[in-house]
Amino acid sequence: MKLLYFAWVRERVGKPQEDVELPASVATVGDLMAWLAKRGDEYAHAFENPKIIRAAIDRAHVRPETAIAGAREIAFFPPMTGG
Amino acid sequence: MAAATIRLQREPFDTAAETAALTSGRTDIGAVVAFTGICRGSEDGAPIAALTLEHYPGMAEAEIARHVEEAQSRWALLGVTVIHRYGRIEPGEPIVLVLTASSHRQDAFAAAEFLMDFLKTRAPFWKQVDAAGATTWVEAKQSDDSAAERWQNPPGRRDAAE
Repeated sequence: MKLLYFAWVRERVGKPQEDVELPASVATVGDLMAWLAKRGDEYAHAFENPKIIRAAIDRAHVRPETAIAGAREIAFFPPMTGG
Repeated sequence: MAAATIRLQREPFDTAAETAALTSGRTDIGAVVAFTGICRGSEDGAPIAALTLEHYPGMAEAEIARHVEEAQSRWALLGVTVIHRYGRIEPGEPIVLVLTASSHRQDAFAAAEFLMDFLKTRAPFWKQVDAAGATTWVEAKQSDDSAAERWQNPPGRRDAAE
């Protein structure tokens, strides 16, 4: 699974993207954030408040309860501040 | 459905040239609304050196296109242009351009406001402020979320929703 990080999520994780092998128990976007948060201090910092982190699957916004089955690319980022 | 121009670029844009490109050779267009977002020289009362905009390539274009399509389905538009810059932008420089064209002004005004409200809250861009030698990420504003939410219900024209 390809994971992408943007803005301060990217800074805290320390990398813009990575490929990970996920255990079968990780079924939803919310599960994935909880799993990532346990991967080390930098991930724990990035995902310490998962309620404010936004996610996209294959370049479309999704919610924490969205299933990740079939996803090619999952991105995590803070609330957007463009325009 | 009218053609739309969507571009992401580092370089500044020329609003007059983009407006001319949208209306050139057309006699059906009776109204063009142009919104330009410009980098302010201060944030919360403190001077800033620049903004740096990060974006999610691929998703940014797709998300803008989805909202342009929705605007085209809600209002009678004869043309749309959205240009959003990324990278370093200094005070006084333009950040974003939304042009909407219609035969009468109401559709162009409403669609431009709709598109800007959604660019603020749904398009994957993040602003970083460079001030006094330090960089900080801009926090999302609740007022921007509220501005976008007012378009959700009931669907249809804003003048019918108010």
